[in-house]
Amino acid sequence: MDLALLRDKLAYQGLSLGAVAMLCAAALVVGNRLTREGIAKAEAADLAASLAQVLPAGSSDNDLLNDTVKVGAGKTASGADAGGTAPAVTVYRARKEGKVTGAVFRMAARGYAGDIVVLMGVDTQGRLLGARVVKHAETPGLGDKIEPAKSKWILDFDGKSLNDPPAEKWAVKKDGGVFDQFAGATITPRAVVKAVKSGLEFFAAHREEILQ
Amino acid sequence: MSIRRHVKEGLWHNNVVFSQLLALCPTLAVTTSGTNGLGMGLATTAVLLVSNILVSLIRNFVSREVRIPVFVVVIATLVTLVDLSLNAWLHDLYKVLGLFIALIVVNCAILGRAEAFASKAPVREAALDGLFMGLGFTLALTVIGLVRELLGSGTLFAQASLLLGPSFAFLETTVVKDFNGALMMILPPGGFLALGVLLAAKRVLDARLAARRPAGADLAAEAA
Repeated sequence: MDLALLRDKLAYQGLSLGAVAMLCAAALVVGNRLTREGIAKAEAADLAASLAQVLPAGSSDNDLLNDTVKVGAGKTASGADAGGTAPAVTVYRARKEGKVTGAVFRMAARGYAGDIVVLMGVDTQGRLLGARVVKHAETPGLGDKIEPAKSKWILDFDGKSLNDPPAEKWAVKKDGGVFDQFAGATITPRAVVKAVKSGLEFFAAHREEILQ
Repeated sequence: MSIRRHVKEGLWHNNVVFSQLLALCPTLAVTTSGTNGLGMGLATTAVLLVSNILVSLIRNFVSREVRIPVFVVVIATLVTLVDLSLNAWLHDLYKVLGLFIALIVVNCAILGRAEAFASKAPVREAALDGLFMGLGFTLALTVIGLVRELLGSGTLFAQASLLLGPSFAFLETTVVKDFNGALMMILPPGGFLALGVLLAAKRVLDARLAARRPAGADLAAEAA
């Protein structure tokens, strides 16, 4: 039959749309299957790379990605006012010769535009080994100085703990604390400071559980 | 149409942003720096090229009544596949562009070209149209991005090496050191300001060119 005549039939239209949708769905299934392994591998490599950034080299000899413990965050002092109870936090444990040498976990705080997620490594004494912002949607050019690629600011946290600086100094300079803010962006660094502080509080509250 | 004509249409006379005023949402949203504009432009060009070819291939089988949903499904599938494969095989690039890829689905310029051109043209023409319309879009986004970046942060192509690889580090220029600049140009209002001024500038330039050209030259160009 002539294609031009056929094209005007209602059934043809429905069937052709259905056929296109089916072909597209099939293409997506194939695409998903082909890429699934690659994406999982790339994401695991990403995670491993960021875990390595917040832990000093040689501090672990285990596979951190498979040595995790889920800890109920409950209410920490800063976590509570950030929005009540947080969901359970996955903690990656660094071990050397079977003994836990540090823990890595994610903490979030509300920034200028959505949550800022900070990945932080803490040693057994609750001292911060390193912190990295792994996800944020802050204003490019202003708030994105929290990324180590753009500014060294985030490295200021290395070696800090809940008592150093004292609790009331855990704030940006504008609020009487010790951490720098950025020109034109105070909310962003304030949120990162808060996330790191609540992370340290979370570690202190669940230390036994994490270090088992 | 000759390739020359495709180039002229896509990059200037019928530029997606500066003449058709399409795709302004991604344009205003991502052009906070030249590098961002370039990245979004290139990703869009790739999708536009392939979507034009596919739409042109199936144009005889699709009836008018269902063409829009068919094109939408095809484009959305394409973008998802690009997103998945970049994520799996070019993960470093994906980390830079990832944010923009999903935005391409809602770029009305792609559906616009499918509807206005590719659904009525043979494959070769549709492919050329997609390529040069995409490059025109890239040009527009890069220019707007550069203007905003220069006025807002005093740099040009900052972090281009993250997008294009270390060999393109030479593009990164700091025009004014420690320039805190017109912050507003990086924020959303700056997008509207830069776009408006550039649109006006193009109009003025077009009017000058038209005044200088003798009458009938347009027709001659058309024939060529």
